[in-house]
Amino acid sequence: MPVLVLSLAWLDSQGEVWQHLADTVLSRLLINTLILVVGVGVGVLLLGVGLAWLVTSVEFPGRRFFERALMLPFAMPAYVLAFVMLETFDYAGPVQTFLRDVWPSLFGASFSGFSGRQPWLVVLCLVLVFYPYVYLLARSAFIARNPIFLEQARVLGVSARMRFWRVTLPMARPAIVAGLVLALMETLADFGAVSVFNFETFTTAIYKSWYGLFNLGAAAQLASTLLVLVLLLMALERYGRGRARYVQSSSQALPRKVVSRFRGWALTALLSFILSLAFVWPVLRLLQWVWQQGLAGFDQHYFGLLSNTLALGIGAALLTVTLAWCLAHARQRYAGVVTAVAARIATLGYALPGSVLAVGILFSFIAVDHWVADWFSWPPILMGSWIGLLLAYLVRFIAVAFGPVEAAYAQLRPVLLEVTRTLNVTRWYVLRRLYLPLLAPGLSAAVLLVMIDVMKEMPATLLLRPFGADTLAVRIYAMTSEGLWEKAALPALTLVLVGLLPVMLLMRERPRKSSDAEDGLTHPPV
Amino acid sequence: MIAGVRLVSAVTLWLAAMMLTACSDKPAGDALVIYTSRGDELIKPLFDQYTAETGVEIRYTTDADAALITRLDAEGAASPADLLMTVDAGNLWLAAEKNLLQPVKSQALETAVPANLRDPQDRWFGVTVRARTIVYSSDRVNPETLSSYAALAEPQWKGRLCLRTSKKVYNQSLVATMIERLGAEQTEQIVKGWVDNLATDVFSNDNSLMQAIVAGQCDVGIVNTYYFGRLKAASPDAPISLFWANQNSSGVHVNISGVGLTTHASHPEKAIAFMEWMLTPAAQSFLANGNKEFPANPTVEPSAEIAAWGEFRADDLNVAVAGHRQAEAVMLMDRAGYR
Repeated sequence: MPVLVLSLAWLDSQGEVWQHLADTVLSRLLINTLILVVGVGVGVLLLGVGLAWLVTSVEFPGRRFFERALMLPFAMPAYVLAFVMLETFDYAGPVQTFLRDVWPSLFGASFSGFSGRQPWLVVLCLVLVFYPYVYLLARSAFIARNPIFLEQARVLGVSARMRFWRVTLPMARPAIVAGLVLALMETLADFGAVSVFNFETFTTAIYKSWYGLFNLGAAAQLASTLLVLVLLLMALERYGRGRARYVQSSSQALPRKVVSRFRGWALTALLSFILSLAFVWPVLRLLQWVWQQGLAGFDQHYFGLLSNTLALGIGAALLTVTLAWCLAHARQRYAGVVTAVAARIATLGYALPGSVLAVGILFSFIAVDHWVADWFSWPPILMGSWIGLLLAYLVRFIAVAFGPVEAAYAQLRPVLLEVTRTLNVTRWYVLRRLYLPLLAPGLSAAVLLVMIDVMKEMPATLLLRPFGADTLAVRIYAMTSEGLWEKAALPALTLVLVGLLPVMLLMRERPRKSSDAEDGLTHPPV
Repeated sequence: MIAGVRLVSAVTLWLAAMMLTACSDKPAGDALVIYTSRGDELIKPLFDQYTAETGVEIRYTTDADAALITRLDAEGAASPADLLMTVDAGNLWLAAEKNLLQPVKSQALETAVPANLRDPQDRWFGVTVRARTIVYSSDRVNPETLSSYAALAEPQWKGRLCLRTSKKVYNQSLVATMIERLGAEQTEQIVKGWVDNLATDVFSNDNSLMQAIVAGQCDVGIVNTYYFGRLKAASPDAPISLFWANQNSSGVHVNISGVGLTTHASHPEKAIAFMEWMLTPAAQSFLANGNKEFPANPTVEPSAEIAAWGEFRADDLNVAVAGHRQAEAVMLMDRAGYR
């Protein structure tokens, strides 16, 4: 519905704004957006797939630690990392100041320094935040790969490198593409990080039309244009899945390659560097700011924020996953064009910039509230209520939940369901004894993913929350909008730490089961 | 399995409890409802103070200006909001333009707020004032070489100027005022000159801009006074100073944070009483000092810290101009290549 409301904006022509954009900034916007999408796409693929392959296939010091720790950046909101990175590498930041102090001859007055606000830094920043999507899925796929194929390839004399490109990678392709699409949708929707770097993209143009030109209509039109890009991405995903049906089951783990000690430690150093840049350094920097601010932020209010954040995260996650479950169930039972299209539309909300989707939701809610008021003369039930906010999260994040749940469903063999029908058991019994245990890994992965995303969510929370229902993200907004970054450090750090909890649960669950094929967001063959 | 069931039921119970406490909070009812874009830290103590003094309860929600105005517009007559408090006159102008605010006839407000800091039709009133002016490196710049915003476009500042992004409403308002004073053509020339003089890409906030001046990346910039105040409070020895721009012409560009009564307010008397209270000396000092701004009420003295920046002549143009010329200013800056 919110998507529909946005598309309706086309009925009202905003030619002037379009003309202006086309005359001045449109080409730059498109180029920038392209740089971002291509850069982040390539980056998350290299980092996500590469790291996943390393931790699953090569033995080196600290491998088991890195296997889990590499998911940590997932808990880091993009806008937080962006700020810390810029602060670190800009002219006035510690790195360049250090260089000027240590080598005045090289970096002193004659050296004009360089600006931290550069495209490659934006891309790097988003890559570091979004690669875990690909990493998580690729890793599960690598763990689940069937050793028989690799053995066969080796017997046939295929070199190790070729085995990776011709066997391992194609087998993991659906999982990798699914992760890539999630990462790119997040990239397109991102506003916080790009605006910290002052990097103009399609999304910033949407905000500019709305905030600067006071033209919500044009903003909505731009937003629905963005949706076309998203549909392209979805087509890419389908293409990525291909026609192949990947039924994988391996009960034995592959032996990991042993490399020389020197190379092993080199890998450890490389991974430590990546992890430091993406997680350790930002957390330390936040800690330092918190330290400077003293403990003034720890008060009654603070625990209210924490409790609201957790309650909304868990509540929204449970609700969203339940609905994703229903959707997946419907697709399984009544496979057809209608359910397929319904599932696609339901998941569109993920790629829209948060505020734009929030406004779409706002208009829908107000319409419903009006209707309810007219017919039942009730007070507004959606605007500014907990129910409304949970529904908004549902719309935004159902795409995140749908993937793993759908993948879990694909693992249910139809014959099992048929067998239960011949047995004289109640539906409740089937649900409890068959569905729940078999779907549990997929469902819990979905719950944890949605929970992390909901807790980081900012614009919809701001616009639709009940009076006084502030969360950590709202607090961060309040501080940063006044330019008080140091004071935002405490809620930001807390948000990262709270997000770590589900990330850790997510990681703990995986490797123990050998039937890891049902893992993660691997989409089922259609 | 059993443990899992227990955990799930415990979580469900806790969630239900959360919802219940949320619902048992009184619905808007008698309380004064405020939509505001001002920071929680600044206004919550003010609201608490008012409740303590008068017993009137206040409920509020915070968000970005544009989001609040869109929400108010969409809610229409069903909106629970009584007051809209925002920064930048442009936002208040827009709300009034969309008929979301109604005129208030109040002798107290008219006396307290100078005519150029409120809506000519009395639909909104300034509460605090902030100036946007020039800062310079006290190490590398002789203040006598500074004069006006326009002069920063001169070649002597080539490679020495730092600016914040044109997406920030403060710059949009500044350029809107310049269009009003100097005309669009001359303003566009000036903005182009600024862009040519930039030492580096534009910044996303005033604070990092000033840090760049301190670190030596550039020598002059344009910022809001309260950011300067904050920086000086944190590091008093930083080699950066304030210069009052346009003293020999139109005066320093000022803007307001302000408040307006919503068209569909359910508690108009209470709301007006609160507006009047905000213009009283105690509340004015609290608000202005809390964010290092100037009180809108000229009879109230700014704090010693702020007064130390020196007397200045402010532009006496009505701040509403920031609103009706804002879209024009945005397009002009796009054309001039100011990002």
